[in-house]
Amino acid sequence: MSAQPVVIEARGIEKSFRLPVNKISSLKEQITTFSRPDYRELHALRDVSFDVHRGEFFGIVGRNGSGKSTLLKVLASIYAADSGRVRMAGRLAPFIELGVGFNPELTARENVELNGVMMGLERRQARSRLGAVLEFAELEEFVDMKLKNYSSGMLVRLAFSVMIQSDAEILLIDEVLAVGDAAFQQKCADVFHEMRDSERTVILVTHDMSAVEHYCHRAMLLHDGELRAIGDPGEVARKYLRLNFESAPSSGVDSLGEVADIVVEDAWLEDGDGQRATNVEKGEELHFCAELEAKRDVEGPTFGFTFANPDGVEVIGFGVPLEDLPERVGAGQRIQIRSKVENRLAPGRYVVRCWIHRNRNISDIVLYSPHILDFVVFGKDEAGVAFFETEVEFELKRGESQ
Amino acid sequence: MNAEVQTPPQVRPQSLELREVRGPSATGGGNRRFFELLWLISATEFKKSFHGTAFGYIWSLVRPLMLFAVLLVVFTRIVRFGSEVPNYPVLLLFNLVVFGLFQEGTGAAVGSVLAQEGIVRKTQFPRLVIPLSSVMVALFTMGLNLIAVFVFILFYGVDPMWTWLLLPVILLLVFVLTCAVSLLLSALNVRFRDIAIIWTVAATVLMYGTPIIYPITFLEGSFLKDILLGNPLTLIFEQARAWIIDPTAPGAVSVAGGWLNMLPAAAIYVLTCVLGVWVFKREAPKIAERL
Repeated sequence: MSAQPVVIEARGIEKSFRLPVNKISSLKEQITTFSRPDYRELHALRDVSFDVHRGEFFGIVGRNGSGKSTLLKVLASIYAADSGRVRMAGRLAPFIELGVGFNPELTARENVELNGVMMGLERRQARSRLGAVLEFAELEEFVDMKLKNYSSGMLVRLAFSVMIQSDAEILLIDEVLAVGDAAFQQKCADVFHEMRDSERTVILVTHDMSAVEHYCHRAMLLHDGELRAIGDPGEVARKYLRLNFESAPSSGVDSLGEVADIVVEDAWLEDGDGQRATNVEKGEELHFCAELEAKRDVEGPTFGFTFANPDGVEVIGFGVPLEDLPERVGAGQRIQIRSKVENRLAPGRYVVRCWIHRNRNISDIVLYSPHILDFVVFGKDEAGVAFFETEVEFELKRGESQ
Repeated sequence: MNAEVQTPPQVRPQSLELREVRGPSATGGGNRRFFELLWLISATEFKKSFHGTAFGYIWSLVRPLMLFAVLLVVFTRIVRFGSEVPNYPVLLLFNLVVFGLFQEGTGAAVGSVLAQEGIVRKTQFPRLVIPLSSVMVALFTMGLNLIAVFVFILFYGVDPMWTWLLLPVILLLVFVLTCAVSLLLSALNVRFRDIAIIWTVAATVLMYGTPIIYPITFLEGSFLKDILLGNPLTLIFEQARAWIIDPTAPGAVSVAGGWLNMLPAAAIYVLTCVLGVWVFKREAPKIAERL
């Protein structure tokens, strides 16, 4: 990839905002505030330098307020950097979010034209794109309908179509994956997969580490406006997660609390050494542990867990074996469940769901908690929701024609 | 939806030469894009103002006509000075329509940048287009209204004069001033949100502070005349009166009492234009952060 020419070159970008402690937005306040108002300096970007090569799918990750979006806005010429410089080769899509610049009072036809002109096309060229845009969005019949009458799904489809059907060589995308329903997200995913291999350069700002590992060739991590890591997306995602969980240690314990007779007090992962872990590497030993407490007596309890991937597919499910289950648990008793799971999970984010039944009867639910823990499996991505050892043989046989 | 991605039409080849990204500006993104956007946005906004109403165009005429009718009754039937002014009804109508460019243009522009927050904060967009397109819409509206005005002028019995050909000069002067004031106001309104409120009052004051419904000759000998002479619009409208409506009217130079006395108004005019452009240019890169 680095053999490709550099298309975005950022050097020493600094950006800070002066946030007035009391925002002055009227003349009277300006006049009556004699002393200079107090400002809080917010250093959003500190000396950020990086290169992006042509055709790269480049991820920018970081926690909220780390400067990701500011950086994107500097690249997009929406904010002016305080110092440093950016150089770019090729046309940049001037949008950083889907659907901005759409005018709800205008029809799809007019909006597509307007959008094209915003992209720097001539009006004739902009009009000639209309067919392709509508075809991709599958909205041909609604070409003369005002956007304000579109459903949100149609709007998103149109916006996405406008974006990918543009002839911009550099796309800046801020959290686009969060938009739309599952089917649309699938479509986004397909398009991103194709874009990954195209000549286009994409910069994607996201919180979604599985997206970073899925699509990006390279990624960088911003923290407090500083560039903390740049390079392999898996590595960057791991650093991001480490950063994230250092300051927010417990997360994801979610149970139905008062109503249930047995509640989940805690749930966590352990690595091979018995240390608590917030995420695991692909293929690495995985222990799932949970601590429960019975609030009332429960006869013949059963315990089940599933790991669901971001699409909601329950990739594995397991339970406490029948022979180990007690006849009953009494009120106030604590239960600890430790499990070792063969880790065939494909990289991505997983959510742990929990079922507890009574009387050995799966229709008699004591507790269903759809999210007692989430964790990330990181590593190189391959197709599928899980991976298996495979042995593939390949042989080229000479044909008769030789 | 089918999942296959068509390659987008490659209209233009990619240049691999690295070019400086200069950040947001008033006209960022090239001149051609600027004018295409200005035209397209102005035209669609203008069309939009007619859509959804049965008598779209009529409505844009009704506003000045209503004002005209009220003022005409007041000043020819009640205060009665109108009858001393030659061709008063057509003068009044013409003035109202041309002043409408200034009033509606600046009135729409002052809040325009704030109203287009989404575009300003989420896209790389030449900021100048936003207030200017508001002025363009007012210009189109005035253009249509002027046709009606000239029909009325002829119908009233004013003979066509060669000085009618100078109308574009008048309109250009008003248009440029409108643009300058719009730039100034729309940029400042991002900092101080009450500019828009103040302006609605100020614009009304300006309407009475410009000889629109009365000729300036009525103020002969009053200190008010000296104040009014500092208003560039005063001289423009007085000149328009002489050129378009009443060839016996004194015209800007003699109203001011000589070329020299026109200087303050001319200076204010130029200053406003320079200030408008300067302030907008200075504010443009920061607009997205301040919203």
